[in-house]
Amino acid sequence: MSADLTELYQQVILDHNRRPRNRGKLPAANRVAHGDNPSCGDQCSVYLRLDGDRIAEISFDGSGCAISQASASLMTTQLKGKTSAEAQSLYDQFHEIVTTGKEPEEISDIAAFAGVHTFPARIKCATLGWHAALNALKGDAAPATTESHTD
Amino acid sequence: MLDPQKIRADFPILHQLVNGKPLVYLDNGATSQKPRAVIDALVHYYERDNSNVHRGLHALSMRATDAYEGARARIATFLHAADPAEIIFTRGTTESINIVARSFGTRLKPGDVILTTEMEHHSNLVPWQQAAKAGGATLRYVPVLGANAEGGLDLAALDQLLTPQVKVFAFTHISNTLGTINPVAELCRRARAVGAITVIDAAQSVGHAPLDVQALGCDYLAFSGHKMCGPTGIGVLYGRRALLEKLAPDETGGGMVVNVTYEGATWKPAPERFEAGTPNIAGAIGLGVACDYLDALGRAAIERHDHALARLAYEKLSVLPGIRLLGPAGERGGLVSFAFPDLHAHDVVTFADEDGIALRGGHHCNQPLMRKLGLTSTTRASFYVYNTAEEIDVLVASLRRTLKFFVG
Repeated sequence: MSADLTELYQQVILDHNRRPRNRGKLPAANRVAHGDNPSCGDQCSVYLRLDGDRIAEISFDGSGCAISQASASLMTTQLKGKTSAEAQSLYDQFHEIVTTGKEPEEISDIAAFAGVHTFPARIKCATLGWHAALNALKGDAAPATTESHTD
Repeated sequence: MLDPQKIRADFPILHQLVNGKPLVYLDNGATSQKPRAVIDALVHYYERDNSNVHRGLHALSMRATDAYEGARARIATFLHAADPAEIIFTRGTTESINIVARSFGTRLKPGDVILTTEMEHHSNLVPWQQAAKAGGATLRYVPVLGANAEGGLDLAALDQLLTPQVKVFAFTHISNTLGTINPVAELCRRARAVGAITVIDAAQSVGHAPLDVQALGCDYLAFSGHKMCGPTGIGVLYGRRALLEKLAPDETGGGMVVNVTYEGATWKPAPERFEAGTPNIAGAIGLGVACDYLDALGRAAIERHDHALARLAYEKLSVLPGIRLLGPAGERGGLVSFAFPDLHAHDVVTFADEDGIALRGGHHCNQPLMRKLGLTSTTRASFYVYNTAEEIDVLVASLRRTLKFFVG
């Protein structure tokens, strides 16, 4: 197996793919948004319970490749307890990682996604859940679609 | 018998390494590769004959016109159409179907029915949804049978579905997702009995098997050049002449008019009526050469080769743990579509790519069928004249490696 592929499917990603965290509908959710990747059929719904501006609870549901499912799973562990501004800032870091491969200065599990940058077709898989989460935070009822984003 | 090793010499693109491995191109359902003869025809046209067609009186324009109209006649022969005027050049299958569907959209009324099937590609589905909406008509579907769609179309249900209210029956010849070969001649015969117009999506069949539009008895037939060794951006709408004469133009503009005043215009007959603007001249010429290439190989031989590879692939894949194979277990078109539990098609395709294998993973423009089968995506291997039995072994070995990595 090539170094690129090992980098793409890091242990952290495989683990989240096999044992997704916070998966399923959130009964107490007061925000929900859905994301679609029309080019491959990946789907992801993100459920939030907002307490003021803070994400008190978060879950995701959907189907897709290992990259999209692991990314959404890991995202839920990162976003719990964050404000919308903090969530946006985390997404910006994540986007930087998956598009450039540059790992963040702080040690973080999201660095596992650095390998995605050598597979441009998979960037949309990695960002699908994040787009849905940001839309849910904005209260945007329109489904997120990877095709309307400029990544 | 085709000799794929000999045929491979005709396709320059096949002789390369991908990720350090010899290219194994199994994405022919999406687009086929192009033989040297087709590539040379494009170069020759642009280097020697490039000019606009139909309107020029100079030597180059006459050469270009002769080559373009020659391609039309060649394709008419390829389909065994009664008349070259029944061949309309389009951008591809999608545009061909849209031309027919839009014309129905203006003629249908509430109570009318458009009939199609549950296995259609979006290109033979969405245009009919739009036509039904435009005319207030109802869209109905012939069901697909079996948990893995192995049973094909529910022909018994056709008796109830094919009523005199059905104005058009649109169906695929070979399913791009399932490999199912539909009994198109029978479907045309039964549609004709209730006065319905038939539209065949031949995108996956025309370059893979002998095809005779008169023997099939279809009214319209649509296909793309690029899936049959031709260039991209060129396709064909075949229509029976009597119907084309009554069909309103779809796009209007230069080249399709007889007389234009400030008040209005009159239309040329088919095929020009449907070819407004400068057509894809090089594409049409390239497609004509692709017809020559395929006929030189022999389409009956191509059919035997593709079907044999698909059966072999089905058999070899069927032993992989957990695999779910879609479509018929017996005779099938030249493709196999499959899914694994807990392993997404994208991950399969990424791993195969690492082994130099080009596969397709996704919903194959077939979202409603995927939903019906409880799937979001499948992986598809699709075969053509240059594929070999050894390449199927490479595929199976790659899939075993992927399964080991993800499933253990």
